[in-house]
Amino acid sequence: MAHSTGKIIGQRILGAIPSVIGVIIVTFLLTRALPGDPAAFFAGPAATAEAIAEVRATLGLDKTLPEQFFLYLGDLVRGDLGTSLTTGQTVVYDLATRLPASLELTLAGLVFAIALALPLGILAATKPNSWVDHGVRLLATAGVSLPTFFTGLFLIYLLYYRMGIVPAPLGRLDILYSAPPPVTGLYVIDSLLAGDLALFWAAASQLFLPAVTLGLFALAPLARVTRASMLGMLSSDFIRTARASGLPPRQVLFGYAFRNAMLPVITTLGVVFSFLLGANILVEKVFAWPGIGSYAVEALVASDYAPIQGFILTMALLYVVLNLLIDLLYVVIDPRAGVEA
Amino acid sequence: MTSTTFQHTRYVISENLVTFGAFALFLVLTLFAIFGEAIAPYDPLASNAAAALQPPSAAHWFGTDQLGRDILSRVMVATRLDLGIAVMAVALSFLVGSLLGTCAGYFGGWSDRIISRCIDTLMAFPLFVLAMGLVAALGNTVANIIYATAIINLPLYTRVVRSEILVRREAGFVEAARLTGNSEWRIMARHLFPNVLPVMMVHISLNMGWAILNAAGLSFIGLGVQPPTPEWGIMVAEGATYIVSGEWWLALFPGAVLMMAVFCFNLLGDGLRDLIDPRMRT
Repeated sequence: MAHSTGKIIGQRILGAIPSVIGVIIVTFLLTRALPGDPAAFFAGPAATAEAIAEVRATLGLDKTLPEQFFLYLGDLVRGDLGTSLTTGQTVVYDLATRLPASLELTLAGLVFAIALALPLGILAATKPNSWVDHGVRLLATAGVSLPTFFTGLFLIYLLYYRMGIVPAPLGRLDILYSAPPPVTGLYVIDSLLAGDLALFWAAASQLFLPAVTLGLFALAPLARVTRASMLGMLSSDFIRTARASGLPPRQVLFGYAFRNAMLPVITTLGVVFSFLLGANILVEKVFAWPGIGSYAVEALVASDYAPIQGFILTMALLYVVLNLLIDLLYVVIDPRAGVEA
Repeated sequence: MTSTTFQHTRYVISENLVTFGAFALFLVLTLFAIFGEAIAPYDPLASNAAAALQPPSAAHWFGTDQLGRDILSRVMVATRLDLGIAVMAVALSFLVGSLLGTCAGYFGGWSDRIISRCIDTLMAFPLFVLAMGLVAALGNTVANIIYATAIINLPLYTRVVRSEILVRREAGFVEAARLTGNSEWRIMARHLFPNVLPVMMVHISLNMGWAILNAAGLSFIGLGVQPPTPEWGIMVAEGATYIVSGEWWLALFPGAVLMMAVFCFNLLGDGLRDLIDPRMRT
């Protein structure tokens, strides 16, 4: 059994390769689809004609498209995504220093969403047509209607300006503190590892509002699927049998129904991640969170294209990896998965 | 519409007041989209420095912004642009997606493989990120916002149509149509595709809300629509600066209307789904 699971996992990893190739081709095409002359864009607005010609030669834009593609692949293999005009650093360096901030925010948002969506969904399914159920159904429709950037601003107004219970929405840490020694890059975890509780509290209170904003958006689809999937399970034959055999309700609910109901929820995680990574950009902008999303938005405003392309490639690869992890999780949880694949 | 469908519709509306409310809201939005400019109390672009940053009052129901422009008028006029972008994007991806999905589902084989592979590649991106990249690459215009929103919605339509066509491809009525000498394209267009339409209506409605959110999100980060054009996303972005100094009405009203519009389409979609297929209810 272990052997075949290993084989399935290997197959899934191989199955992600076409996605990676597709992502690289699309990002390459986006680079070449820049309006006007890409060389002029990369050279910057103040560039002379010679400088543009030089950039064109260094970018290899005087070559044919397939040749350019292989040059692009070479750059990718060397880890060269160009240089940002606004920061003056290489894009890879910028992305690497800012990625932990985005990951911290996304993970915190996801944890918040799951921690709230699963109990709500289960509760709604165990008590159909109760007020919890109606509430969850309303939440599921209202939640996906929330513009993240608007919810964020609204929460800032309420919790920061009105009540003053959260710190100013200005990044990952108050200016009084300095960042913990990097281990994971996530301030909340690093500060705990360093044993600095005050710092942990400072980082966590900055993280709280953006994470809730992001989580509220992801909450709705998760709660909806949990509820629907639990409802389906609870009315199925094997649950009736389990109940009729006199198993304790808790065991029926969590040991039998919940475990099976988790499978559609995990599938939905793929869509939820697509939402989260997109909404991340908006939330980072609203909360001045120094992640890769706000980096891309700043570059966008300055018409600085190398960082944007680097950002899109990073996000897409991240998403492919996350989808792969979801697939693998599925294989681990459901022994039937991959039998037909 | 036959009389039984009509009765069923009436029954569903009376049973489902929420959907009816959403439909009423939809009508109001449509009204604003068509006549917004005519019924707006002020000129949405006229600035008035003397009346800048005023809180909501009898003269300015939604208050005024940093340039003294009337927010209510701007919100009303913006309806046409916001809904227009979403309608065109959804129409475009519905048309292209239906064509691709029908071909993929009906012909199968290599055309299915190519189309599915392309769609999978689009799905490999987080969709909002892809839209952002497309607008950045194609140029910062409203038309490109529409194209980008259409492209990121394409996978949904293509996949739904493909699977719906696939299950009907070998059905008896298709076989009958084939035997009576209908051409392949005629079978697809006249016999298969109409069967997919009801399901698609639900997706279109749910998708409209999402398209509005997407377009507003893009203009919030400074893509597409440019100031001083009134648009919900930009208005929230401009109001964002004033939130921390207490001028909440700048961002709240456009944001709330945006949310209501999205909510309206999502509710309509849910209602339509109940109407078309009660078993799909979740």
